[in-house]
Amino acid sequence: MLAKVRSSSVLGLEAYPVEVEVDVATGLPGFSIVGLPDTAVQEAKERVRAAIKNANFEVPTRRITVNLAPADVRKEGPSFDLPMAVAVLAATGQVPAEACHGTLFLGELSLDGAVRPVHGVLSAALHAAQCGLRRVVLPADNAQEAAIVPGVEVYGVSHLLEAARFLLGELRLKPVVANGAHEPEPEDEVDLAEVRGQEHAKRALEIAAAGGHNVLLVGPPGSGKTMLARRLPTILPPMTWEEAVEVTRIYSAAGALPSRGALLRRRPFRAPHHTASYAALLGGGNVPRPGEVSLAHHGVLFLDELPEFHRDALEALRQPVEEGRVTLARAAATVTFPARFTLVAAMNPCPCGSRGDRLRECSCTPSQVRRYQAKVSGPLLDRIDLHVEVPRLESHSLMDGGTAEPSSAVRDRVLRARQRQAERYAGRPYRCNAHVPVRVLRRVATPDPAGRELLRTAIERLGLSARAYDRVLRVARTIADLEGSEGVSAAHVAEAVQYRSLDRSR
Amino acid sequence: MNEREAWVILNAAPGISVRTKHRLVEAAGGVREAVALRPSALRDLLGERGARRLQDFLARADPQRLIEDAKRCQAEVVTLADAHYPQLLRAIADPPLALYVRGQLPREVCVAVVGTRNPSADGEYVARRMGAELSAAGVCVVSGLARGVDAAAHRGSLEPGGPTVAVLGCGVDVHYPAGHEALADQVAAHGALVSEYPPGTRAAKHHFPLRNRIISGLSRAVVVVEATLRSGALITADLALEQGREVFAVPGSVLNPRSAGPHRLLREGAGWAESACDVLRALEIPHASGRVPELGPAERQLLEALGEPRYPDELVAARLGSAAAVNALLVALEVRGLVRRLQDGRYAR
Repeated sequence: MLAKVRSSSVLGLEAYPVEVEVDVATGLPGFSIVGLPDTAVQEAKERVRAAIKNANFEVPTRRITVNLAPADVRKEGPSFDLPMAVAVLAATGQVPAEACHGTLFLGELSLDGAVRPVHGVLSAALHAAQCGLRRVVLPADNAQEAAIVPGVEVYGVSHLLEAARFLLGELRLKPVVANGAHEPEPEDEVDLAEVRGQEHAKRALEIAAAGGHNVLLVGPPGSGKTMLARRLPTILPPMTWEEAVEVTRIYSAAGALPSRGALLRRRPFRAPHHTASYAALLGGGNVPRPGEVSLAHHGVLFLDELPEFHRDALEALRQPVEEGRVTLARAAATVTFPARFTLVAAMNPCPCGSRGDRLRECSCTPSQVRRYQAKVSGPLLDRIDLHVEVPRLESHSLMDGGTAEPSSAVRDRVLRARQRQAERYAGRPYRCNAHVPVRVLRRVATPDPAGRELLRTAIERLGLSARAYDRVLRVARTIADLEGSEGVSAAHVAEAVQYRSLDRSR
Repeated sequence: MNEREAWVILNAAPGISVRTKHRLVEAAGGVREAVALRPSALRDLLGERGARRLQDFLARADPQRLIEDAKRCQAEVVTLADAHYPQLLRAIADPPLALYVRGQLPREVCVAVVGTRNPSADGEYVARRMGAELSAAGVCVVSGLARGVDAAAHRGSLEPGGPTVAVLGCGVDVHYPAGHEALADQVAAHGALVSEYPPGTRAAKHHFPLRNRIISGLSRAVVVVEATLRSGALITADLALEQGREVFAVPGSVLNPRSAGPHRLLREGAGWAESACDVLRALEIPHASGRVPELGPAERQLLEALGEPRYPDELVAARLGSAAAVNALLVALEVRGLVRRLQDGRYAR
């Protein structure tokens, strides 16, 4: 009396197949699980036994052996509860074994037989579709997120009895249909129009959105840096279906989807606190889970108080910022998560925040200021194209800047600029100016003679560093794209120079 | 020992004030006589301990070595015996017996620009502009190479090419404050680093008030830009008055604690200095009324709006153009040297 049920587990973002084999044999009554189970899987036997009993089925008083194949990969988590219970029922003939064919099972059981949600369901459903499995039976709370995947029927169950009756043919379930996947994107809760004044910073955000550039906001506390950063996702282009699935999959693997959540349509905005650990930012765990950088994939990662972050965390940000992914090597496995985000970093001009303020006297010593600013120099700063001063709004002249533009209007311009870039870089692995290699950049962003002359004098007179050169070109290219201009002119270069304030030595 | 050497050696003697040294020279009837005084005569003038210390010092000190040391760090020694000792400085009550000079002592009229080490962005900007305009009018800007107003005044003065003089509270070869090495080299190249302390002397707290008397002593006028009520710049202003120099103060906001110093000076009768013009006019130094650059209408409008420092956002709010246009214009004007960016991101003429 042997039964096999298909299930799967997630490593990183990828699901791999796990076959749950149950043998019920004569011998002393007992329940043993083999196949490298971790503690949560080991404990499944108690849950499975109680759930079967409380669903009014019979737990055989014989010797039950569960094997999780392949036997050499460590299994973790409670998602094998449901497949184990179903396999036990099939092995004892309480549900027909044939009914389990071509079906993938996932779910945690509680003692009364209720099926509880688990992590990584979207990856599992994608995996099922790839392996040609017909059906997926999983917790009703996870059904929406799995239903995104075309080509598999998704059945959500909320109790073991429901699953058993479905397999017995006593209960007809309708495959779950993803709702909202094709509806227009939900409206954002915030809008750029709510920010009064700050035209300089808003313009910088527009450029950042158009070219995929990273931004550093420098300003005293209370000047609205967080408010501005929070609104960057609202002017980024809407996510494509593929992007949305990628993002949802990461959240699914991290267990960060809202209950009964479906496809995530809004670009993520993540704002980890500066006390966040290395593992929280980059991802970690024995079996690695995605960190903040991956949860910000296709969205915005906002690091407020940048110099306060742990040094090693900032160092480690380099790989995701450069490559758009993060690789975590662990004893168990090496996993790569996508992490292509727009970085918005914010800092005060000095530790006390009033350096250069008109009326407040700064209480920091020069060495304190130097140490504070030195923390953000180096490789990370090198990857930030736009430096933006955000002044404190104290005078009325800053605030009445006329009617503020709504996010949708800015986004239209961003979309057009992105379109131009997509055409220019068609067939290349990069899609926006921020990611173009320097070699290509020099070709597509060389300014006209007046622009070159201006750049030369700017480097000389403002003491811009040599590495500022390519950054200015990159930003100037985006400014030209926003304007719909083929070439890069002196005005584009001049505006771009304005966003390299930290490179100035004079 | 010749007279120069005698001045050098007496200048280097520790533990005796400059005034006492002058009294000693007067009593002995000359500097060579002063360093050769008999112990009994020294005791009468300096007391038991002072006399012993001076004698010990004179016994082991070697004036030639001090002069050699100075040469090694590209400095020249100028003593009261030298004809090119600055005339104004010579006239104060307690002139330094000798000066170590790295660079060239200026022949131009000198004006000191001093203030707090921790200025506001406005103050730093005003100091810099003051330095630039004074130098452009052919005046040598004297200050103390400290952070803040001092450094801004030197930098401003270097913009039209100087000259500028920095008076130090340490040896001319000692890097103080940290981070001003490059500025010190530029000052030496376009003017002079000056100190009454022999090379190798470290900066000490009590050197600075003494250093301040040289700053004002070298200058015809002292301009105080921003200073709190306990700032050393006010000491310089007091010394300047004692020495019979003009004192000017830059008015500021009543809310700014760093304008309290200048305001007190103004109340006490200091000259009103909104810009270098006020100072130059009072000193009757002729100055050009500024060049007239070629400008487009948008640029002229922007320049007019920048009478006081403004954020780009304020210019946008004043309907001078979109953020993009304003930023582009500002940088274009900046590379032509017509506007300047302050450390807090504001722009000013």
